[in-house]
This record gives sequence, structure tokens and C-alpha cells, in this order.
Amino acid sequence: MKLRLFTTHHRTLGILYLLLSLAAVTIGTLLSLVMRIHRVWPDSSLPLVGLLKPEDYLALVTMHGTLMIFFVLTIAPQIGFASLVLPEQIGARSMAFPRLNAIAFWIAAAALVLLLAAFFVPKGAPISGWTSYPPLSAVPAAGPGEGAGMDLWLASIGLFCLSSWLAAVNLLATILGERRAGMTWSRLPMTVWAWLVTSILTLLVFAVLLAAIVLLFSDRHFGSSFFIPAGDLVNGRIVGRGDGSPLLWLHLFWFFGHPEVYIAVLPGMGLATSLFANFARRRVPGYRVMAAMLVAIGLLGLVVWGHHMFVSGMNPYAGTAFALTTMAITVPSTVEVLGWLSMLWDAGLRAGGGLRFPTPMLFALGFLSFFIAGGLTGPILAQPALDSYLHNTFFVVAHFHMVMAMAGCFSIFAGIYYWFPLMTGRLMNETLGKLHFWLSIIGAWGTFFPMHFSGLAGEPRHYERLAGPATSFSGIVANERGITSAALFLAAAQLIFLWNIFVSALRGRIASPNPWQATTLEWAPPTAYAPINRGPYEYEIAVNEMNFNPQWESASKQE
Amino acid sequence: MLLEALCIAQSHLWLPPNGSLHGVAVDRLMRWNLIAICICCLAAHFWLIAAMLRHKRDQTRSTAFRWTILAALCAMYIWMAVTAQHLWAASRYAGPSLEAMQVEVVGEQFQWYFRYPGPDAAFGSTRPNLVDAAAGNPLGIDSRDARGQDDVVSSVLVLPAGRQVDLRLRSIDVIHGFFVPGMRLKENTVPGLVLHVHFTPTTTGTYPILCSQVCGLGHERMQAVLSVVSPAEFDTWLATRSNAHAHAEAPTR
Repeated sequence: MKLRLFTTHHRTLGILYLLLSLAAVTIGTLLSLVMRIHRVWPDSSLPLVGLLKPEDYLALVTMHGTLMIFFVLTIAPQIGFASLVLPEQIGARSMAFPRLNAIAFWIAAAALVLLLAAFFVPKGAPISGWTSYPPLSAVPAAGPGEGAGMDLWLASIGLFCLSSWLAAVNLLATILGERRAGMTWSRLPMTVWAWLVTSILTLLVFAVLLAAIVLLFSDRHFGSSFFIPAGDLVNGRIVGRGDGSPLLWLHLFWFFGHPEVYIAVLPGMGLATSLFANFARRRVPGYRVMAAMLVAIGLLGLVVWGHHMFVSGMNPYAGTAFALTTMAITVPSTVEVLGWLSMLWDAGLRAGGGLRFPTPMLFALGFLSFFIAGGLTGPILAQPALDSYLHNTFFVVAHFHMVMAMAGCFSIFAGIYYWFPLMTGRLMNETLGKLHFWLSIIGAWGTFFPMHFSGLAGEPRHYERLAGPATSFSGIVANERGITSAALFLAAAQLIFLWNIFVSALRGRIASPNPWQATTLEWAPPTAYAPINRGPYEYEIAVNEMNFNPQWESASKQE
Repeated sequence: MLLEALCIAQSHLWLPPNGSLHGVAVDRLMRWNLIAICICCLAAHFWLIAAMLRHKRDQTRSTAFRWTILAALCAMYIWMAVTAQHLWAASRYAGPSLEAMQVEVVGEQFQWYFRYPGPDAAFGSTRPNLVDAAAGNPLGIDSRDARGQDDVVSSVLVLPAGRQVDLRLRSIDVIHGFFVPGMRLKENTVPGLVLHVHFTPTTTGTYPILCSQVCGLGHERMQAVLSVVSPAEFDTWLATRSNAHAHAEAPTR
């Protein structure tokens, strides 16, 4: 497929979105490697970057988090994959607003450029972390990078909000209005259910983030005081004019920030469901329950933001309330996991086969492994009594890198291996793919699992070196070196992936029209326009030699 | 259990020794919660791997089996929530006892200050425009306020063992995180707010105090020491500090 830049074609835009994420993830990974190496050898000079100052380390943390969360984990699983296959999956010919899709993409691209520009302005990128708590983020004098760098960050994320918002409007309008005749709610692939929930979440929460960013920008430049308390004394100058509240930012930010996690991981859950059904040759047991649980996770996700704020000065009764809502989310998440595990256990019972393990399936299983391991530390962090020790330690870093970052990335890999034929007409190389999977899962477990122990030992986040004035953390140095080695290994394994994309796009095996013998409509031949009259996962039905019924085949044909 | 044994053998990879009264219950809860989720995580992975290796597929699990597992897990979540909330309520719902010692903790880029109210048991008022660390008034204590005359400001937090402490947390500039791993204690210091946490140090010794909320370029250097001493030693220390303070203040007045 010829890649045209200024296009409104949804599939081409999907590829552009994924390439944007690929650029962001490459930069974000390189930043994290510099951080990891600096943490264990803080006084050695690195090639290209030289000797890192403390503020440089914090700038790397901020930019790593912002790139990964916004430009990788928000874009790729949601609008990236949705642009690629959503219209076909619901039997539409295009998105509801193709031009809007293109505009949203170019706004996101501009946002990425603005963000990266922060590295090149005087005093560099912001150092306040991706959460940008004021007054640190509200007062340029509070630190290097909080001047022009922070303004660029705000402009970038402001644009990103707009882009996500437009993308979500488009997704919602497409899902609600463009479904082909017969594509009822119970015939939607699980990915579409996930995109439905994430686009509603995006509309609600990115609007709040955009408002918060405008208020913060106003505090910085227009003399307002939404987030700066009276008499606030930063760097020798009283900056507080009115009587604002830093806690207000925390509430607004986390009202966005927690649902954001679900925006990143729900599409992966939908995709994993589809892939498990396909490679187990099995219907999704309790389809309605699984879909309802995705919706429940999304809705509950709107009322748990306070669990990021147990030690922020919030009322202790509110701590209890948010702990209980958070614990409630474990129930739908557990139902999903049990659903997947039993699906895998009962694979292909009647069709007489077992599980098949092509690369997309392996990555979906990797997603499940991280979703379980990372998800289970959630109920611990949801308890204010325990979180008041673990908050902002590496235990939290381990938790969200497993449940959001790794589960998210593994689902993105699964999607790319699975839908590659739709992008290029070719299959990705299976040998390289399997090698990539096994090296990645070993590297990812080796990187993020040991972080729990650094966190239990009390090591806080955002520390550029382990030894400080009052503590040495000498006991975890070996652990930290192991993490850095595993991180380098993990990053190196991704070179196989990049190479695989490159060679497979040029010389990969030509894919058959439905290479995975899938049932969902993105694999339908272009001439199939019949109304839909069957569910999305009709595997294990002995009507033909393939034992499955694609959604595009009309029932009459079978009779 | 194996994991736990391994971690305790490698005791640096476990929680540092606890020196506070409520920390005993926190540690116990933490241990049981970690064991519970380790078991769940291992069981789920065994199930996953068994499903991957399973060749003979002649029978299916009954739905009753799945419902039982779901019910068992929900019971575990409820147990986790109830026990942890019980502990949270015990340490945070009620305020400190009336006998608790008052100490103010003030965070500032990139330094912790600790203020003791002195014999009058009252903190003098502070004003940001009086803050001048070079002139010996890092907290901006207003010299016109009589209650502040006997206040003692220290860069080390010294506390007597066995007495409840009510910390009054403030910040001068940006949000900091007051974190004492050895006391199982963490609370942000937020500019514009005065927050309170109380706890009882029980074991004498020194404990690092860290900043747990990124606060600027010196974030990881923003550390101090908590020194828990016997009550007698504490009284001596405070008396010395009060005298030193009075002498230092005298010429400037």
C-alpha cells in the first residue's frame, strides 16, 4: 500500500498514527535507558549525553512518561488501531468524519513536535514529572525547565487533548451511527466495545485535563492563582497572589489520569479477547458478561482517582471511599481474567484442536501475564494503610509498568503482528516474531518485577541516584544493576521487531485474504456487503471444514 | 512463603526495620497481602501454562468451578479491604491524643526543618516575607509574636521513644513528600495547607527522612535524619537547643 501523507483514508491514517507512536516509543525507550544507566552509574559520563545533572534526569523522567503515556499508550491502542480496522469491523466503509480523523492526526503530530522541542529551549525540558504538580509546574522560578520547557509541555498536552477529543468524537459517531444493517450490540467484536468505552472516557476526562491545563497556563502567564496558595514563597520571591489550591490540580489531573490508564489498557483487553477466541477456535464464553465488565471497568474508573491522593492531604474518610471504589474494580477485572483463562483451558474442545501459538497469540498471552501480575498489586496499592508506605516508591513504578506499560505494549505488539497483513498485504516473519516475543517477555519481567523489591526497601521514584545525604540504599544496588541490564536487554530485543517490520513490509510472505481464519469483518473480501446476521466469534461450529463462520457470510449461504 | 523467605534472607530487599507502634500492624498486613497476591499470581500462571500445554481436551470445567474461584477471590478482596481499612481508621480517623508532642515539619526546596514549640507549647506565627535562612530565620518566625520567642528550629528531627507525636506538616514553596520508611509514615507537605499526622516511635535509633514527591532539581538530596532517643536524652537535647537558641537570639534583639 502506498503511504500518502495528506489522506483521509482511515487505514492509511491508522498506519500514520502507529508510525507516530513508533517514533514516540523509540525516543521514550532511549530516554529510559539513559535514566537506567545513570541511576546505577551516576558519576560516569555517557556517550552523546555526557554527564547528567540532577535536573537532566528529572527532565528525562518527565519526557519519558509524557511520551509513553500520551503518544504511545493513548494513541496506538485507541485511535491507531481503531483507524486501522474499526470501520471494517462494524461493516462501515469509512469513519463517520474522515477529514476530522486526518485533522486529529496532524494535531497529534504537532503536539509531539512541540513536546520534543522542549529539549531544545533554554534550560531544557520540564522537570515536574508527567503529573506536573503545581506550584512546581506553575512557577517558572521553581526549577530549570519550568520556564519555556513547561510552556511547551502545556501547549503540547493542550493540543493532544484536542486531538484525542476529536478522535473520540469520531470513534463514538462511527460506532453509534455507521454500523452496517444487522450489526447489533451483541454482534460487535470485543475491540469495538472497548473503543466505545474508551471514547466515552476520553470525551469526559480529556475535557477536564484541557480545562486544568488552561487554568495552569493562566496561573503562569495571566496572573491568576488557581493552584498557587497565598504567600507561596518560591526561590526567594512571594508568588502567591490569590489563594489557590495545589490539591485542586491533583483532583483535576487524576480525574483525567486514572481513566487514562483504562483508555490505554481496555483496547488491549478487547483485542486479547478476540485473539484468544481466534487461536483457541472457541466462542467467547459469556460474551455479554465480558462486554458488560469492560463497560463496568470504564464506569468505575471514573470514581477512583482519589487512590492517587491517599498521602496528598485528602480527608482520611475520602481515602476510605476511594479505596472501596478501587477495590470494586478488582471484581470486573477478575471476571475478565477468569473468562480468558477458562477460554484458553477449553480451547477447541469440539473442533478437536488445541491452542495455536502464532506470534499475535503469544503477545496476547504475554499481555495476560502482565495484566495478572501487575493487576494483583493493585489491591495492595488501593489500601491507604499500605499505600502510605508504598506511595511514590518503585513498587508503584513496578505496578504501573507491568499493568499499563507492558500489558499495553504487548497488546500493541499483538495487534501489529495480527493486523500487519491489512497494512502491507504481507505477513510478518514468524521466526523473528517468536524470538522477539520470548526475548521481550524475559526482558520485561526481568526489568519490572525486581522493581517491587526496590520499592519495598523504600526507594522513592524520581531519584537520580541511590545514595543521598541520609541514606545509601546500598542494599538494593545489585538489584538496580540487574534491572538496568534487563532493561538494556529488553530494548535490544526490540531491534528484532524493527528489523522484522522492515523486512516483512518489503519482502514478507504474501498474506492470504484471511490469514488467521478470523471471523471479524476486517478480514472480509472487499465485495462482501451483505447485512450481518451472526455474532463475532462463531468458531467451533462444524458447518464447513474450517469450523468457523465469518460474520460476512450470510446465513442463507450455509443452508 | 518461599519468596518471603528469600526476601528476608536478602533483607535489604524487604521493608527496612520498623521503629513505630503502628508499623507492626502495617508490616503484618503487608506480608499477608503480598503472600496472598503471590499465591494468586502463581496459580493464575500455572493455569495459563497448563492450558498452553494441555493436549487432551475431552472435558471442560464446569461453570460452578469458575464461580467458586470468583467467589473465593472476592472474599479475599473483601478481607484485604476490611483489614486494611480497619488499620487506616485506627491510625487516621481519630486525631492525636491530648498528650501528644507537637512538632512542626516544614518542607522547602531542598531542606527539611523541624520546629518545636518550646516551653509555652505553642508555635509562633510565621510570615513568608520574613523567611531568611541566611539570617537564621528559615521559617519566617514573626519576632513580634511572643509565642515564637521560645520556638526551637532544628534540621534534625529528634523524638523521644514511646511518646506519641503529632506532626504539623507545612511547605513554604512546592509540594514535598515527608517520608520516613522506618516509621512507615508518609504524608505530603502542601503549600497553603497545614496537615497533621500522628504516630509513636518505639525503637531508638536513627532513621532516614526522604522527600517522596518530586520537588525540583534537588529532590533526591532533600533528606534529613530522624533520631529516636530515650525521653531523658530528648529532654537534655531540647534544653540545650533552647539555650543555644536563646543565646543566639539575644544579640539580634
